[in-house]
Amino acid sequence: MMKDLKNMKIGLFIPCYINAVYPNVGVASYKLLTSVGLDVDYPLDQTCCGQPMANGGFEKDSTKLAHRMDDLFEKYDYVVGPSASCVCFVKETYPRLLEKEEHECLSSKIYEICEFLHDIVKVNHIDSYFPHKVSIHNSCHGVRLMKLSSPSELNIPKYSKLHNLLSLVKGIEIYEPKRVDECCGFGGLFSIEEPETSTCMGEDKISDHMATTAEYITGADSSCLMHMEGVIKRKKLPIKTKHIVEILSASL
Amino acid sequence: MSSHAKAAAQFIKNTERTAWHDQALFFVRQKRDNVAKNIDEWEVLRTKASQIKEHTVSNLEHYLTTFEKNAKANGIQVHWASDADEHNKIVAEIIENHKAKKLVKSKSMLTEECELNHFLEENGTEVVETDLGERIMQFLKLPPSHIVLPAIHVKRQEVAEIFNKEIHTDANNSDPAYLTQAARMHLREKFIEADISMTGVNFAVAEEGAFVVCTNEGNADMGTSFANVHIASMGIEKLVPNYESLGIFTRLLARSATGQPITTYTAHYKKPAKGKEIHIILVDNNRTEILKDKDHSNMLKCIRCGACMNTCPVYRRTGGYSYSYFIPGPLGINLSMLKEPKKHSGNVSACSLCYSCSNVCPAKIDLAEQIYKWRQDLDKYGEADPMKKMVVKGMKKVMGSPGLFYAAIKSGRLINHMPRFMVYNGLNDWGKGREMPVIALKTFNEMWKKGEVRSNESSKNK
Ligand code: SF4
Repeated sequence: MMKDLKNMKIGLFIPCYINAVYPNVGVASYKLLTSVGLDVDYPLDQTCCGQPMANGGFEKDSTKLAHRMDDLFEKYDYVVGPSASCVCFVKETYPRLLEKEEHECLSSKIYEICEFLHDIVKVNHIDSYFPHKVSIHNSCHGVRLMKLSSPSELNIPKYSKLHNLLSLVKGIEIYEPKRVDECCGFGGLFSIEEPETSTCMGEDKISDHMATTAEYITGADSSCLMHMEGVIKRKKLPIKTKHIVEILSASL
Repeated sequence: MSSHAKAAAQFIKNTERTAWHDQALFFVRQKRDNVAKNIDEWEVLRTKASQIKEHTVSNLEHYLTTFEKNAKANGIQVHWASDADEHNKIVAEIIENHKAKKLVKSKSMLTEECELNHFLEENGTEVVETDLGERIMQFLKLPPSHIVLPAIHVKRQEVAEIFNKEIHTDANNSDPAYLTQAARMHLREKFIEADISMTGVNFAVAEEGAFVVCTNEGNADMGTSFANVHIASMGIEKLVPNYESLGIFTRLLARSATGQPITTYTAHYKKPAKGKEIHIILVDNNRTEILKDKDHSNMLKCIRCGACMNTCPVYRRTGGYSYSYFIPGPLGINLSMLKEPKKHSGNVSACSLCYSCSNVCPAKIDLAEQIYKWRQDLDKYGEADPMKKMVVKGMKKVMGSPGLFYAAIKSGRLINHMPRFMVYNGLNDWGKGREMPVIALKTFNEMWKKGEVRSNESSKNK
């Protein structure tokens, strides 16, 4: 790890879903980041980054939230969050919403946690033991916007940051579904605007994960996992979901 | 519910057909991936294609006049149509001038766009689609459901039935080879009888005054070889500057469309044979308007390969007819909004913003990014769903205030499900196929306040 990273202040960004439904993902993120020696703080009373409104067609309605987020995280050197899609929204739209240059606002210093560990901290050792079969959920925004892995459509060298990180875990068996980065059908407002299509996509995606024989679906986007979890519970399917930070921090 | 969502729900009810439709199209997408990955310079080709189209449509006037001049010098008769009506009238006039009765056509999305067949048939001309898929759809009296694979949603048993009715094949024989052979014999007669042959245009080469028609069945070539008059309809965005740039597009088209290295037939037309005529109709029909729209002018780069449909997870599961426009999928959502936003806004929900279309498009059109933009505009057109509007207003209020946000979570916990605003108020819609997420006993925020998170701090590296 770069020496001066230890002197940096890291702000933990906890999106609304994680705060309310998956607080353990937040705890796991905290453990992971502090385990590599970082100084991590959580600015209180976070709510939402504004993505749900914007993807539904009301980007302007996210402006107030963008200002709030920008202020909350002003004093931090890096901001790290366990949700590819939310981080990506902040990165891409905040300069436009705040009418600021990228380097003047949160967009330039926010990272998805796997990206941060992989590219900035450059971890090559994780003290974790997880003796299970997992199937990686390559989420659309994680892959195609955040570039966490090479999209299946492009003719570029293959890589996967999630796979690299998971490979550091002892005892784990890593799989990927056949349609390696097909959408699970969450899509924010899409999930209730087109519920039949959304659910059908979810069911197909889960079958594809199950076909790998994995016990867990894991990924960097809680919202996709939440949607798939909803389908799994409804259909009582023999597979579970787990956020990647919970696996990476399994022994911490 | 949007018009697409309603139609989609209907289509999806037939789970078997949905699965089959999804798999058939994903198979085409995979074939495309395989050939694309066999070409080292694939991504360079996409970038070049995008740049060439950018350059050409930015200098459209120059390239159109160059094309016109050179085509005329080659003996091609050039016509201009500002809209669908003018286009159809020009075709009718040419038919009239030749006292023609029978016309054969190869596949052309532009003539679909102009609703030409209907117009000509009303005027007493026999119009025969000669692409097999198109002919099936013509027999079924339905529009194509895909721009490259028009009858992809039709099962072969259904083809056997309609062929039995129309060309008297054995109704119980749905063997593809048998049916194709029967279609071939049937179409052969039509080719021989035709007075006029119509084609679309895949690419027009400005410096040469020539144009190219790509098919897999050779039906364009058959048509134009027999009939003495060839009418080609082309959107004004189909131009490329020269043969050198054409090479980039012919390498991309079939690979993107069907995963073949090249279309089986790539017919070049440059000058009419002795005693024959070639007419080309250059059609605007809203294209110069699109050119002025800086958010959406990229749509003019489209080479109609259909790759964005094959990859779209929503299109694959909902079929072509769930969209209100004759072109479905990501391409259709965008084109329909450019055509008539009020009429077609019900397609805009048909996207989970997965961005696969933008990655697969050989001309690098930002299809998903543009759909995102259309969503932002729906309110402006007065077409935003009132339910959705209310949800968003509610969310905005709750998310804007930590007090309200955490209170809402608390009350949600009491009744043991997510506060409505977090599943977009869509309790019923969310619950259609999914269980509701369960609120945790403590939010992360509360845990942090109570010092329960920090007690987890790892001291290993300190
Ligand atoms: S938008 Fe792109 S992918 Fe879709 S049909 Fe046009 S060229 Fe092909």
